Amino acid sequence: MATAIEFRDVSLQAPDGRLLLDGVNLRLEEGTTTAVLGRSGSGKTTLLRLVNRMADPSGGTVFIRGKECEQHNPIQLRRGMGYVIQETGLFPHFTVARNVGMVPELNGKRIDEARIGKLLEQVGLGAGQFSQRYPHQLSGGQRQRVGLARALAADPPILLMDEPFGALDPLTRAEMQDMLRALLERLKKTVLLVTHDLDEALYLASRIVLLEGGKMVTDVAAEDFLKSEIPAVKAYAEAFHRSQKEPQ
Amino acid sequence: MISGFLAQHADEIRTQTLEHVWLTGAAMLFASAIGIPVGIWLTRHSRWAKPVLGFVNVIQTIPSLAMFGFLLPLPWLGDRAARIAIVALVGYALLPIIRNTYAGIHGVDRTLSEVARALGMTDMQRLFKVELPLAAGVILAGLRTATVICVGVATIAAAVGAGGLGEFIFRGVASVDNRLVLAGAIPAALLALGADGVLGLIERWVRVPGAARQ
Repeated sequence: MATAIEFRDVSLQAPDGRLLLDGVNLRLEEGTTTAVLGRSGSGKTTLLRLVNRMADPSGGTVFIRGKECEQHNPIQLRRGMGYVIQETGLFPHFTVARNVGMVPELNGKRIDEARIGKLLEQVGLGAGQFSQRYPHQLSGGQRQRVGLARALAADPPILLMDEPFGALDPLTRAEMQDMLRALLERLKKTVLLVTHDLDEALYLASRIVLLEGGKMVTDVAAEDFLKSEIPAVKAYAEAFHRSQKEPQ
Repeated sequence: MISGFLAQHADEIRTQTLEHVWLTGAAMLFASAIGIPVGIWLTRHSRWAKPVLGFVNVIQTIPSLAMFGFLLPLPWLGDRAARIAIVALVGYALLPIIRNTYAGIHGVDRTLSEVARALGMTDMQRLFKVELPLAAGVILAGLRTATVICVGVATIAAAVGAGGLGEFIFRGVASVDNRLVLAGAIPAALLALGADGVLGLIERWVRVPGAARQ
């Protein structure tokens, strides 16, 4: 299987001198989903931002489809990757249809209604009912589905997802995870999923990476994560499951 | 008595009102053409925001009569009264326009600007597709304030012979004739209220529903 994204000894230093990422080595094979776990501030989002050149590394190299990241034009690179974040990512002044068609629009191609309808159906929304609505007229789960449809609109080979379901209630979250899993099995995208939900990572990803203080603690197959003897991994799993059991 | 006065001065009121509208309109056009781009530029060069806003704030504090007086001896500018009036009005209109453009764009949810970049928008696309539409309500509120200020200050422009409704007011004060003062003051007040109302409607129309909740 070819490598879609590779981090080779990647570091990133903040302007105040702090190391946000420290010597990360990671390979993402094409068509696989990799979840990045870690506590807040561990460098998860920073790692994701290096892939679409929202930030550039201060040391080491990121390769996208075999080519150094710095050699990619950042605008074209970003248009070639789907990007999903928590529900705040939709443009409130555009309809669902315009939000979904944004990346093709940036490339100078207006996508037709039939394609918008197909994309919305793919994420479980009826096109006739939703395409002319505005984001504030949708529920959190519906907004997130639109966000996903927008990320898929230009049919990008790579999807970057930053806590995509972080703001949803547990039931909607589970529904979205089911939908995403089915979709990814069918579409075979390379996915980098940032989350701090261990169950979500185990359910959706084939590999799991744990970051701590900008350093990579582990990079294992999802089924091996809970068997790991690494103290930081065990501590993360225990802390996560304890927080799940505690009454909210 | 009032109807007789109005009949006698109807043409003059119309001419002065049109002159007043022209002075205010021209000043607002120039002020917008300068103020909106400067406000946008400041959002990209934040360290200049304080000195620039401070400078236009100082302009705002100069008494209008003194401002017209300062501009009078300047070459080219002092040749025609309307030029002085328009330049002075532009000076007064700049603060609300620059401040609101800067604040409006700065107030756009940072996440949306980030998403715009992450989707592959160029700086210009981000500005025109996301930031300006979302800041339009605040920018228009600035234009609205500036217009009302201009309509008011333009009445003083008559002091340097620039015309407008201030002509009536100055003549009325000089001849202690309240009817003349009102013939200038009432249309000026109506102009200010009308402009405020129309721009207020446009402001409501461009406001993005649910933007605050996003």
